[in-house]
Amino acid sequence: MAAAETNPLHQFAIERIIPLHIGRFDVSFTNSAAYMVAAVLLVTAFILLTTRHARLVPGRWQSVTELSYEFIANMIEENAGHGSERYFPFIFSLFMFILLGNLLGMIPYTFTYTSHIIVTFALAAIVFIGVTLIGIARHGVRFLSLFVPHGVPLWLMPILVPIEVISYFIRPFTLSIRLFANMVAGHTTLAIFAGFVVSLGIFGFLPLAVTVALILLELLVAVLQAYVFAILTCLYLHDALHLH
Amino acid sequence: MELAAAKMIGAGLACFALAGAGVGIGLVFAALINSLARNPAAQVTPFAFLGFALAEATGLFGLLIAFLILFVF
Repeated sequence: MAAAETNPLHQFAIERIIPLHIGRFDVSFTNSAAYMVAAVLLVTAFILLTTRHARLVPGRWQSVTELSYEFIANMIEENAGHGSERYFPFIFSLFMFILLGNLLGMIPYTFTYTSHIIVTFALAAIVFIGVTLIGIARHGVRFLSLFVPHGVPLWLMPILVPIEVISYFIRPFTLSIRLFANMVAGHTTLAIFAGFVVSLGIFGFLPLAVTVALILLELLVAVLQAYVFAILTCLYLHDALHLH
Repeated sequence: MELAAAKMIGAGLACFALAGAGVGIGLVFAALINSLARNPAAQVTPFAFLGFALAEATGLFGLLIAFLILFVF
Protein backbone atom coordinates (compact mmCIF):
# COMPACT_ATOMS: atom_id res chain seq x y z
CA MET A 1 0.00 0.00 0.00
CA ALA A 2 3.04 2.28 -0.13
CA ALA A 3 1.98 3.46 -3.57
CA ALA A 4 -1.46 4.45 -2.33
CA GLU A 5 -0.05 6.45 0.57
CA THR A 6 2.34 8.44 -1.58
CA ASN A 7 -0.40 9.17 -4.12
CA PRO A 8 -1.33 12.85 -3.64
CA LEU A 9 -5.00 11.98 -4.28
CA HIS A 10 -5.06 9.44 -1.43
CA GLN A 11 -6.18 12.19 0.99
CA PHE A 12 -9.53 12.44 -0.81
CA ALA A 13 -10.45 8.79 -0.27
CA ILE A 14 -13.81 8.19 1.40
CA GLU A 15 -13.80 5.53 4.12
CA ARG A 16 -16.81 3.95 5.77
CA ILE A 17 -16.74 4.47 9.54
CA ILE A 18 -20.10 2.80 10.28
CA PRO A 19 -21.16 0.60 7.32
CA LEU A 20 -24.91 0.82 6.78
CA HIS A 21 -27.11 -0.40 3.94
CA ILE A 22 -30.77 0.34 3.42
CA GLY A 23 -32.11 -1.82 0.61
CA ARG A 24 -29.84 -1.29 -2.38
CA PHE A 25 -28.52 2.04 -1.11
CA ASP A 26 -25.22 2.48 0.70
CA VAL A 27 -25.91 5.02 3.45
CA SER A 28 -22.79 4.33 5.49
CA PHE A 29 -21.55 6.97 7.92
CA THR A 30 -18.29 7.98 6.20
CA ASN A 31 -15.39 10.22 7.16
CA SER A 32 -16.95 12.84 4.88
CA ALA A 33 -20.20 12.74 6.86
CA ALA A 34 -18.24 12.83 10.13
CA TYR A 35 -16.48 16.06 9.12
CA MET A 36 -19.78 17.62 8.01
CA VAL A 37 -21.31 16.81 11.40
CA ALA A 38 -18.20 18.20 13.10
CA ALA A 39 -18.40 21.43 11.08
CA VAL A 40 -22.09 21.97 11.86
CA LEU A 41 -21.57 21.19 15.56
CA LEU A 42 -18.54 23.52 15.76
CA VAL A 43 -20.36 26.49 14.20
CA THR A 44 -23.53 25.92 16.23
CA ALA A 45 -21.65 25.46 19.50
CA PHE A 46 -19.43 28.48 18.85
CA ILE A 47 -22.32 30.81 18.07
CA LEU A 48 -24.46 29.53 20.96
CA LEU A 49 -21.63 29.70 23.52
CA THR A 50 -20.40 33.16 22.49
CA THR A 51 -23.87 34.73 22.56
CA ARG A 52 -25.17 32.96 25.67
CA HIS A 53 -24.25 35.82 27.99
CA ALA A 54 -24.45 38.46 25.26
CA ARG A 55 -23.54 41.97 26.41
CA LEU A 56 -24.09 45.35 24.84
CA VAL A 57 -20.34 45.86 24.66
CA PRO A 58 -19.11 42.57 23.15
CA GLY A 59 -16.11 40.68 24.44
CA ARG A 60 -13.55 39.09 22.12
CA TRP A 61 -15.47 35.92 21.40
CA GLN A 62 -18.83 37.61 21.05
CA SER A 63 -17.37 40.13 18.60
CA VAL A 64 -16.18 37.29 16.33
CA THR A 65 -19.78 36.08 16.05
CA GLU A 66 -21.06 39.63 15.58
CA LEU A 67 -18.43 40.40 12.92
CA SER A 68 -19.34 37.31 10.88
CA TYR A 69 -23.05 38.14 11.23
CA GLU A 70 -22.52 41.73 10.07
CA PHE A 71 -20.20 40.64 7.26
CA ILE A 72 -22.84 38.37 5.71
CA ALA A 73 -25.70 40.76 6.45
CA ASN A 74 -23.89 43.63 4.68
CA MET A 75 -22.96 41.38 1.77
CA ILE A 76 -26.59 40.31 1.26
CA GLU A 77 -27.89 43.86 1.53
CA GLU A 78 -25.33 45.24 -0.94
CA ASN A 79 -25.52 42.46 -3.50
CA ALA A 80 -29.02 41.01 -3.35
CA GLY A 81 -30.81 44.29 -2.74
CA HIS A 82 -34.18 45.07 -1.26
CA GLY A 83 -36.32 42.21 0.08
CA SER A 84 -33.44 39.74 0.46
CA GLU A 85 -33.13 39.94 4.29
CA ARG A 86 -35.36 36.91 4.78
CA TYR A 87 -32.79 34.71 2.99
CA PHE A 88 -30.07 35.65 5.49
CA PRO A 89 -30.27 32.39 7.53
CA PHE A 90 -29.76 30.24 4.45
CA ILE A 91 -26.82 32.22 3.08
CA PHE A 92 -25.19 32.49 6.52
CA SER A 93 -25.47 28.70 7.03
CA LEU A 94 -24.17 28.06 3.51
CA PHE A 95 -21.17 30.36 4.04
CA MET A 96 -20.31 28.88 7.44
CA PHE A 97 -20.68 25.28 6.21
CA ILE A 98 -18.33 25.85 3.27
CA LEU A 99 -15.90 27.96 5.32
CA LEU A 100 -15.64 25.32 8.06
CA GLY A 101 -15.25 22.56 5.46
CA ASN A 102 -12.39 24.43 3.80
CA LEU A 103 -10.68 25.40 7.06
CA LEU A 104 -11.02 21.98 8.74
CA GLY A 105 -9.41 20.53 5.61
CA MET A 106 -6.37 22.77 6.10
CA ILE A 107 -5.45 20.85 9.28
CA PRO A 108 -2.94 18.15 8.22
CA TYR A 109 -4.31 14.58 7.94
CA THR A 110 -7.93 15.72 7.91
CA PHE A 111 -10.54 15.24 5.23
CA THR A 112 -11.97 18.10 3.12
CA TYR A 113 -15.59 17.43 2.25
CA THR A 114 -15.71 20.41 -0.14
CA SER A 115 -13.14 18.57 -2.30
CA HIS A 116 -15.85 16.22 -3.55
CA ILE A 117 -17.82 17.34 -6.58
CA ILE A 118 -21.00 15.69 -5.35
CA VAL A 119 -20.99 17.77 -2.14
CA THR A 120 -20.36 21.09 -3.89
CA PHE A 121 -22.77 20.20 -6.69
CA ALA A 122 -25.52 19.39 -4.18
CA LEU A 123 -24.97 22.79 -2.52
CA ALA A 124 -24.97 24.57 -5.89
CA ALA A 125 -28.08 22.67 -7.03
CA ILE A 126 -29.95 23.73 -3.87
CA VAL A 127 -29.02 27.35 -4.61
CA PHE A 128 -29.93 27.10 -8.31
CA ILE A 129 -33.29 25.33 -7.84
CA GLY A 130 -34.22 27.54 -4.89
CA VAL A 131 -33.36 30.78 -6.72
CA THR A 132 -35.24 29.70 -9.86
CA LEU A 133 -38.33 28.80 -7.83
CA ILE A 134 -38.19 32.13 -5.96
CA GLY A 135 -37.98 33.96 -9.31
CA ILE A 136 -40.92 32.05 -10.81
CA ALA A 137 -43.02 32.43 -7.67
CA ARG A 138 -42.36 36.16 -7.56
CA HIS A 139 -42.64 37.12 -11.23
CA GLY A 140 -44.44 34.24 -12.94
CA VAL A 141 -44.01 34.36 -16.71
CA ARG A 142 -42.18 37.70 -16.50
CA PHE A 143 -39.26 35.75 -15.00
CA LEU A 144 -38.41 34.76 -18.59
CA SER A 145 -37.48 38.41 -19.30
CA LEU A 146 -34.26 37.55 -17.43
CA PHE A 147 -33.12 35.89 -20.65
CA VAL A 148 -33.79 38.97 -22.81
CA PRO A 149 -31.04 41.60 -22.50
CA HIS A 150 -32.10 45.26 -22.43
CA GLY A 151 -31.42 47.77 -25.23
CA VAL A 152 -30.27 45.27 -27.82
CA PRO A 153 -31.40 45.46 -31.50
CA LEU A 154 -34.00 42.87 -32.41
CA TRP A 155 -31.87 41.08 -35.01
CA LEU A 156 -29.30 40.19 -32.34
CA MET A 157 -31.92 38.44 -30.18
CA PRO A 158 -31.68 34.97 -31.82
CA ILE A 159 -27.98 34.94 -30.89
CA LEU A 160 -28.13 36.58 -27.47
CA VAL A 161 -31.12 34.80 -25.96
CA PRO A 162 -29.63 31.28 -26.33
CA ILE A 163 -26.37 32.57 -24.86
CA GLU A 164 -28.26 34.01 -21.87
CA VAL A 165 -30.20 30.75 -21.43
CA ILE A 166 -27.02 28.66 -21.55
CA SER A 167 -25.20 30.98 -19.15
CA TYR A 168 -28.14 30.67 -16.76
CA PHE A 169 -28.31 26.88 -16.80
CA ILE A 170 -24.54 26.49 -16.56
CA ARG A 171 -24.52 28.34 -13.21
CA PRO A 172 -24.79 25.32 -10.87
CA PHE A 173 -21.90 23.65 -12.72
CA THR A 174 -19.53 26.65 -12.63
CA LEU A 175 -20.47 27.35 -9.02
CA SER A 176 -19.72 23.79 -7.87
CA ILE A 177 -16.68 23.13 -10.07
CA ARG A 178 -15.04 26.41 -8.96
CA LEU A 179 -15.10 25.38 -5.28
CA PHE A 180 -14.26 21.73 -5.95
CA ALA A 181 -11.37 22.50 -8.33
CA ASN A 182 -9.85 25.04 -5.94
CA MET A 183 -9.89 22.58 -3.06
CA VAL A 184 -8.61 19.57 -5.02
CA ALA A 185 -5.89 21.48 -6.88
CA GLY A 186 -4.73 23.25 -3.70
CA HIS A 187 -4.56 20.13 -1.56
CA THR A 188 -2.93 18.07 -4.31
CA THR A 189 -0.27 20.75 -4.86
CA LEU A 190 0.43 20.82 -1.11
CA ALA A 191 0.77 17.02 -1.01
CA ILE A 192 3.13 16.99 -4.01
CA PHE A 193 5.43 19.67 -2.56
CA ALA A 194 5.32 17.98 0.86
CA GLY A 195 6.42 14.74 -0.86
CA PHE A 196 9.44 16.57 -2.37
CA VAL A 197 10.59 17.61 1.14
CA VAL A 198 11.39 13.99 2.01
CA SER A 199 12.66 12.82 -1.38
CA LEU A 200 15.12 15.73 -1.90
CA GLY A 201 17.02 14.98 1.33
CA ILE A 202 19.25 17.87 2.38
CA PHE A 203 17.78 20.23 -0.22
CA GLY A 204 14.33 19.56 1.25
CA PHE A 205 14.20 23.03 2.80
CA LEU A 206 13.42 24.53 -0.64
CA PRO A 207 10.11 22.70 -1.13
CA LEU A 208 9.44 23.20 2.60
CA ALA A 209 9.56 26.97 2.07
CA VAL A 210 7.24 26.60 -0.91
CA THR A 211 4.86 24.50 1.20
CA VAL A 212 4.72 27.17 3.92
CA ALA A 213 3.93 29.84 1.30
CA LEU A 214 1.34 27.57 -0.32
CA ILE A 215 -0.38 26.95 3.02
CA LEU A 216 -0.76 30.72 3.46
CA LEU A 217 -2.21 30.96 -0.07
CA GLU A 218 -4.52 28.02 0.61
CA LEU A 219 -5.81 29.63 3.82
CA LEU A 220 -6.61 32.75 1.77
CA VAL A 221 -8.27 30.61 -0.91
CA ALA A 222 -10.29 28.66 1.68
CA VAL A 223 -11.86 31.85 3.04
CA LEU A 224 -12.12 33.46 -0.40
CA GLN A 225 -13.92 30.54 -2.03
CA ALA A 226 -16.52 30.40 0.74
CA TYR A 227 -16.98 34.16 0.22
CA VAL A 228 -17.22 33.75 -3.56
CA PHE A 229 -19.82 30.97 -3.22
CA ALA A 230 -21.91 33.13 -0.87
CA ILE A 231 -21.59 36.31 -2.94
CA LEU A 232 -22.53 34.54 -6.19
CA THR A 233 -25.56 33.09 -4.40
CA CYS A 234 -26.47 36.69 -3.48
CA LEU A 235 -26.05 37.86 -7.08
CA TYR A 236 -28.21 35.01 -8.41
CA LEU A 237 -30.81 35.86 -5.76
CA HIS A 238 -30.68 39.48 -6.94
CA ASP A 239 -31.46 38.36 -10.50
CA ALA A 240 -34.44 36.32 -9.27
CA LEU A 241 -35.80 39.08 -7.01
CA HIS A 242 -35.30 42.11 -9.25
CA LEU A 243 -34.79 40.77 -12.83
CA HIS A 244 -31.55 42.73 -13.67
CA MET B 1 5.52 3.35 -23.18
CA GLU B 2 3.98 5.76 -25.69
CA LEU B 3 0.94 5.99 -23.41
CA ALA B 4 3.05 7.02 -20.42
CA ALA B 5 4.89 9.61 -22.53
CA ALA B 6 1.60 10.92 -23.93
CA LYS B 7 0.23 11.30 -20.39
CA MET B 8 3.25 13.38 -19.37
CA ILE B 9 2.93 15.58 -22.47
CA GLY B 10 -0.80 15.95 -21.91
CA ALA B 11 -0.34 16.94 -18.28
CA GLY B 12 2.26 19.51 -19.32
CA LEU B 13 -0.05 20.94 -21.98
CA ALA B 14 -2.95 21.15 -19.50
CA CYS B 15 -0.80 23.39 -17.28
CA PHE B 16 -0.87 26.05 -20.04
CA ALA B 17 -4.24 27.06 -18.56
CA LEU B 18 -2.31 28.61 -15.69
CA ALA B 19 -0.82 31.19 -18.08
CA GLY B 20 -4.30 32.65 -18.48
CA ALA B 21 -4.85 32.66 -14.74
CA GLY B 22 -1.52 34.45 -14.29
CA VAL B 23 -2.49 37.14 -16.81
CA GLY B 24 -5.91 37.48 -15.19
CA ILE B 25 -4.62 37.82 -11.62
CA GLY B 26 -1.97 40.27 -12.81
CA LEU B 27 -4.63 42.42 -14.52
CA VAL B 28 -6.86 42.34 -11.44
CA PHE B 29 -4.15 43.56 -9.07
CA ALA B 30 -2.73 46.04 -11.62
CA ALA B 31 -6.19 47.58 -11.85
CA LEU B 32 -6.45 47.58 -8.02
CA ILE B 33 -3.12 49.41 -7.65
CA ASN B 34 -4.09 51.86 -10.40
CA SER B 35 -7.41 52.70 -8.82
CA LEU B 36 -5.97 52.98 -5.30
CA ALA B 37 -3.16 55.23 -6.58
CA ARG B 38 -5.65 57.54 -8.28
CA ASN B 39 -8.16 57.53 -5.43
CA PRO B 40 -6.88 56.08 -2.15
CA ALA B 41 -10.40 56.34 -0.67
CA ALA B 42 -11.89 53.97 -3.27
CA GLN B 43 -13.64 50.95 -1.70
CA VAL B 44 -12.58 48.45 -4.37
CA THR B 45 -10.46 45.88 -2.49
CA PRO B 46 -13.32 43.35 -1.93
CA PHE B 47 -14.09 43.42 -5.66
CA ALA B 48 -10.40 42.87 -6.42
CA PHE B 49 -10.34 39.75 -4.26
CA LEU B 50 -13.55 38.52 -5.84
CA GLY B 51 -11.93 38.99 -9.26
CA PHE B 52 -8.77 37.27 -8.05
CA ALA B 53 -10.77 34.22 -6.90
CA LEU B 54 -12.73 34.01 -10.16
CA ALA B 55 -9.58 34.39 -12.31
CA GLU B 56 -7.63 31.87 -10.25
CA ALA B 57 -10.44 29.29 -10.48
CA THR B 58 -10.30 29.18 -14.30
CA GLY B 59 -6.59 28.38 -14.21
CA LEU B 60 -7.10 25.71 -11.57
CA PHE B 61 -9.53 23.88 -13.87
CA GLY B 62 -6.52 23.25 -16.15
CA LEU B 63 -4.26 22.27 -13.23
CA LEU B 64 -6.96 19.85 -12.06
CA ILE B 65 -7.01 18.20 -15.50
CA ALA B 66 -3.22 17.80 -15.27
CA PHE B 67 -3.52 16.12 -11.85
CA LEU B 68 -6.30 13.87 -13.11
CA ILE B 69 -4.17 12.77 -16.08
CA LEU B 70 -1.12 12.12 -13.88
CA PHE B 71 -2.68 10.40 -10.87
CA VAL B 72 -6.07 8.98 -11.84
CA PHE B 73 -5.92 7.62 -15.39
